[in-house]
Amino acid sequence: MRLPCPLCGDRDRREFYYQGHAVMLERPLRDAGANAWDDYLHNRDNPAGETRDLWHHEAGCGAWIVVTRNTVTHEVLGAILAENAKKTGAQA
Amino acid sequence: MVKLIAKSPCAGLLPKTIGTVTLTEIDAGRMTLVAPFAGQKKSVSDALKSSIGVGFPAPNRTSGTTPRAVWCGRGQALIIGADCPDLEGAACVDHSDAWAIVQIDGADATALLARLTPIDLRASTFKRGHTARTLIGHMTGGITRLGVQSFEVMVMRSMAATLMHDLTQAAQNIAARADVGD
Repeated sequence: MRLPCPLCGDRDRREFYYQGHAVMLERPLRDAGANAWDDYLHNRDNPAGETRDLWHHEAGCGAWIVVTRNTVTHEVLGAILAENAKKTGAQA
Repeated sequence: MVKLIAKSPCAGLLPKTIGTVTLTEIDAGRMTLVAPFAGQKKSVSDALKSSIGVGFPAPNRTSGTTPRAVWCGRGQALIIGADCPDLEGAACVDHSDAWAIVQIDGADATALLARLTPIDLRASTFKRGHTARTLIGHMTGGITRLGVQSFEVMVMRSMAATLMHDLTQAAQNIAARADVGD
């Protein structure tokens, strides 16, 4: 599998560290309540199809990126820098 | 005052010629890591250009020759071969002596690196002045193309002997295959 790092271009999967679903970027407010925090910390969907994940280009430029990929077809649909995803709410 | 004897990272290990490949240590002299703060890249680049004549490089690129700037990660570059000026908009860290830098020359230079790194090193995609942060064996490091059959590989100084082992092993394997006519 190759991931399209927005800075480095297509790179081998072994250069990346997988973190988990990109929902980690949507941190609830401090006083959002126990349910919101429980959801944020522990509950994840397990989609068959498109998913947005956080990956760290640890053996490359060091950027966190949001990768959109399809878990059924293994197709990688795109990637954006996590800093931009957070700033604009943009989807990869 | 006692004058200490400087020892380069690859002292006693290089230079070396194996098959068609020559490995030489590069003494980079003064090196500084420059990391512009958010929104300051343009002003830092301008300041660098006016003081040492080299701008902040774009991702995966180098700029200048002597001195030169080598991109080395998101929002980071190494200024090599000059004292870094005072930069208000950036974090600057002295990296002199921190890196083991090896120049690889020869007909099999690309073949050698292809055994150690997952990136595409073909001349059509990885041209002179291009650089990449990537894996070299099990280490993270930087690869820069210096010429048609010439690359520069850099890893942190503590991994100099491991880099030498990996490069030597790969070069010997290529030379051995050439000997049996592959």
